[in-house]
Amino acid sequence: MGALSERPFPPGAYDVVVIGTGPGGLQTAYSLAKGGVECAVLSRDPAPGGMFRRFPVFQRLISWTKPDAPVERGTREYEAYDHNSLLGEERDHRALAPEFMDRAFDLPARHEMESALAEFAARGGVQARYDCEWLATRRTDEGFVLETADGEYSCRVCVFALGATERWTPPIPGLDAAPHYADTLTPESYAGKRVFVIGKRNSGFELGQGLLPWARQLVLASPRRVDTAVLAFSPLRLRYLQPFDEYVRGGSGSYVVDVSIERVERNADGYRIHATGTTWDGKLVFDSDEVIVATGFRAPLRDLPALGVATVSDGRLPAQTPYWESVSVPGIYFAGNVTQASPGLRKHGSSSSSSSVNGFRYNARVLAEHIAEKHFGRDRKRPELRRDDVVPYLLSELAHAPELRIQKGYLARVVSVDETQGIRDDGIVPLADFVDRAGPDACAAAVEYDGGGAIVPVVYVRRGGRLSEHVLPPHPMHAFDTDAHRSELEARVAPLLG
Amino acid sequence: MEAGTENLVEALARLSLFADLTHPQLEVLAHSFDEEVFAEGQRVIRQNMPGSGFYVILEGEAKVVIDGVERARLSPGDFVGEISILTDELPIADVVAVTMLRCLAIPNTELKAFMLGQPAVMYRMLQTEARRLRAASIWER
Repeated sequence: MGALSERPFPPGAYDVVVIGTGPGGLQTAYSLAKGGVECAVLSRDPAPGGMFRRFPVFQRLISWTKPDAPVERGTREYEAYDHNSLLGEERDHRALAPEFMDRAFDLPARHEMESALAEFAARGGVQARYDCEWLATRRTDEGFVLETADGEYSCRVCVFALGATERWTPPIPGLDAAPHYADTLTPESYAGKRVFVIGKRNSGFELGQGLLPWARQLVLASPRRVDTAVLAFSPLRLRYLQPFDEYVRGGSGSYVVDVSIERVERNADGYRIHATGTTWDGKLVFDSDEVIVATGFRAPLRDLPALGVATVSDGRLPAQTPYWESVSVPGIYFAGNVTQASPGLRKHGSSSSSSSVNGFRYNARVLAEHIAEKHFGRDRKRPELRRDDVVPYLLSELAHAPELRIQKGYLARVVSVDETQGIRDDGIVPLADFVDRAGPDACAAAVEYDGGGAIVPVVYVRRGGRLSEHVLPPHPMHAFDTDAHRSELEARVAPLLG
Repeated sequence: MEAGTENLVEALARLSLFADLTHPQLEVLAHSFDEEVFAEGQRVIRQNMPGSGFYVILEGEAKVVIDGVERARLSPGDFVGEISILTDELPIADVVAVTMLRCLAIPNTELKAFMLGQPAVMYRMLQTEARRLRAASIWER
């Protein structure tokens, strides 16, 4: 039985080291293994699950999983209805989130999500060395050395799937005295109290919603106005907008104010907050029994910035290329929630779904394929297509591919045409990379928001080095495989296919 | 020095484009729009591709390329992308990062509201456009 209790991945040399066993790390490790790349997986946690071992504070996710859906559970198409399961190559590894849901909501509870992730690791054979914290990093001629609590790991490529798990607090005088979102107490601790929440993004609104039945007065404050047009595309609106709704209708004891916080003073009765209006002129002073700092999290990058890894958002996230590689230190890749800092084309201002599991699970699978090909010479599978199959295939992808439907304007299906190799399915790739990279004649199919917010299929055709973009019509049922779509797509790709 | 450790509000405050904004207004700006960092060689704006944004360079250098020919260099404080948004036409040039490039990015869909909300910034943008127009007119003579 000794072998069973032995911890995997002792210190040593590996092709790839993956740090983290949240959904991003698990998906990357699983997909790398399926692609035949040796990788060691290290985690400071005692078990898989990442942030879902603890968060969200109020124990309910904001991303849906439909246990019953218009398509069969466990199929590829079902992924579009299940935003929380990781991606398995075998049926047994797929659609695990709904297996644990009690269906009180179509949004899993935190513990249900944690169980599903642990089950994915178990069934999918994703091993990790738990309780092994990465401490420091250095570069070598061959790649990197990662120092951990257990010893040194050398590797050619590292993938950091760290999550955004380190508290981030803006530089406001006195704010250190107030607890962070991560230190929020049980809801009943706030019974009858005035609570001042700093922050109006996900965690701020989650706290506001959770405290509505308990707090005597609730103020949510931050500089930026709540933009209802942006909210229309935000997962927040699924659950957390009651405090805002109450404020808009007036007089409920819930306030959502646009202020820049100047300083926070701790006193015998609680806190005094000094603030200046941002979308209005004037100043306000608030007295509150409790203050909670819900200004978000940063990726725990440790010494990576000192190694030269550039960051964005006031140092909170690593800046990345379209293939989620550090823009400044080649060979360092990222997976999971932090891949939101690789924004893609952002056409018409729309952002990807890379900040949540539904989006970054695909990024991780594409990344694993990319690493295998670029760093370890594994040829990606590029199945040959017959001329007459190309249009039906692309139409079917536009209508049904979950990667395209979820990662809108971000991931694309590419088909290339080459005199010697014929017509090939090049797989799912980052759209920004396809658009900006010179390459053989090819086309890419994506699903995007247009300027008016409608969901449209788009095809990009690269021919003789010139790229053209063609937006196909929307459809009320998102059925992008109608005869009209077929004939337009045929016309667009015919010159390419000959 | 560590890459990109400067506070975004401080970086915005140094630019003449935003010189008239108060600190709270700069905070709103920093909270409302994202920073984007491009690797050397990455495209920021794409010739003939719709749906791009307005970019203000915070750090690094970029080049303006039309049909493969470099036409201009851009440095911190310069901004690009507004013409195609204002005219609702496709960008006539590529803008490509020459070094690692850090920008403030305002999506095309949000530029109008931003400009109307910040007339002082709009005025400074117009001053820059006027200088560009004058330079272009001299060129053509």
